[in-house]
Amino acid sequence: MSPILLTPVDLLVASSLVVLDAVVSVWLGLRLHKQVLVAAVRCAVQLVLVGYVLRYVFAIDTPALTLGLILLMVAIAGREVAARPERRLVRYGNQIAGLSAVALATFVTATFALATALRPHPWYAARYAIPLAGIMLGNALNAASLSLDALLSGVMRERSAIEAQLALGVRFGEATKPLIRAAVRRGILPIINVMSAAGIVTLPGIMTGQILAGLSPIEAVKYQILLMFLLAGATGIAAVGAAYFATARLTDGRERLRVDRLV
Amino acid sequence: MRLTAEGLTGSAGGPFDFSLGAGEAMAITGPSGAGKSILLRMIADLDPHEGDVSLDGVARARMAAPAWRRRVAYLAAEPGWWHDETAAHFPERARAEALMPDLALEVKLLDQPVHRLSTGERMRLALIRILLNEPAVLLLDEPTGALDPHATELVEGILLDRLRAGVSVMIVTHDMAQAGRLGARRYHLAAGVLSPA
Repeated sequence: MSPILLTPVDLLVASSLVVLDAVVSVWLGLRLHKQVLVAAVRCAVQLVLVGYVLRYVFAIDTPALTLGLILLMVAIAGREVAARPERRLVRYGNQIAGLSAVALATFVTATFALATALRPHPWYAARYAIPLAGIMLGNALNAASLSLDALLSGVMRERSAIEAQLALGVRFGEATKPLIRAAVRRGILPIINVMSAAGIVTLPGIMTGQILAGLSPIEAVKYQILLMFLLAGATGIAAVGAAYFATARLTDGRERLRVDRLV
Repeated sequence: MRLTAEGLTGSAGGPFDFSLGAGEAMAITGPSGAGKSILLRMIADLDPHEGDVSLDGVARARMAAPAWRRRVAYLAAEPGWWHDETAAHFPERARAEALMPDLALEVKLLDQPVHRLSTGERMRLALIRILLNEPAVLLLDEPTGALDPHATELVEGILLDRLRAGVSVMIVTHDMAQAGRLGARRYHLAAGVLSPA
């Protein structure tokens, strides 16, 4: 079965539903119509641009270009992670923790997938590496930002509890363990929810896309399961990474709790 | 000298230079916000600062920070708790129970959740917590601020016992009479300067 190819007119017809949202907004006085329209236009423009970029990169298919594009995506994701928490670590601490966490999670899981289950030729083929890195990044970003936010808000709340332990001679790593546990938990819970509900409550977007594009449901499901497992891995690595990288910035050589590094 | 501080400088002001012999007590008074707590925290190495501190002639820099803090124990004015259950803070429960009657604390308090304890009970239990480490120096930040006169007397009794056993005590207090009862040298901290009072 070959995919049903979409024409610009098809998309234009679909966009009438966005206009419907805008009409609802005007009707109910939500004052969201401008935002809805801007978001829809942004979405279309961004995706079309990405489509052309990907077509170009896939066609050239050089490792350097592929890696460059992935690094750019990682940098943007790292910046997003850093921006989410209410509190900031001084000297680009949020950026460093966010970037390290998503980069580690993405490279480990994407390389793992390319070396085991997918095995395209060559293994770094842009057509596989870039979409894979992209979806890993999206989830790593989510997990890392939740984890970082939980850690940075928790450390202020638990400050006197942590310092009471330090004053008793407990090591910094031991005194901050509950905090790290809570942060990692917060980062990992969403993927557990997604995995539990997959197929029953929701049909995952990728699978839906593949089925609509003509792939057999069973093949689409196999891909989806693989991706879910990879995402679970990326989520865990990102959540743990963000929590540990940030905690490392909150102490010094004398195992003090440096809340002065948090603004 | 048990504890020697040289050129201690931080957000509390300074440089502070002083020394404290074994079994000696030193009381620090001063207006709120003068940095009395920060001075104690610097000695315990909980706040970043400049200067050197040594214990029995051994420089602090030569000791790992956790080991130093076990020997030179800081008790905050509002000590933190990290478990819901009180008993969980006392891995050596029997040793804690042995000290509780001396501070008019019933042993069954250990089976209460921390949030059910009164401020005064929490303060006395936190004192027991650091005493179980058998520190050489006690850095106490208003340890009797939340206590009634009877409990205050009991805490002072315990501190006098420790002083006689050779433990050194630095205490931040608003109560000049307390300094007298502990036989402490009196110091006043204001505008970043520590001066004998």
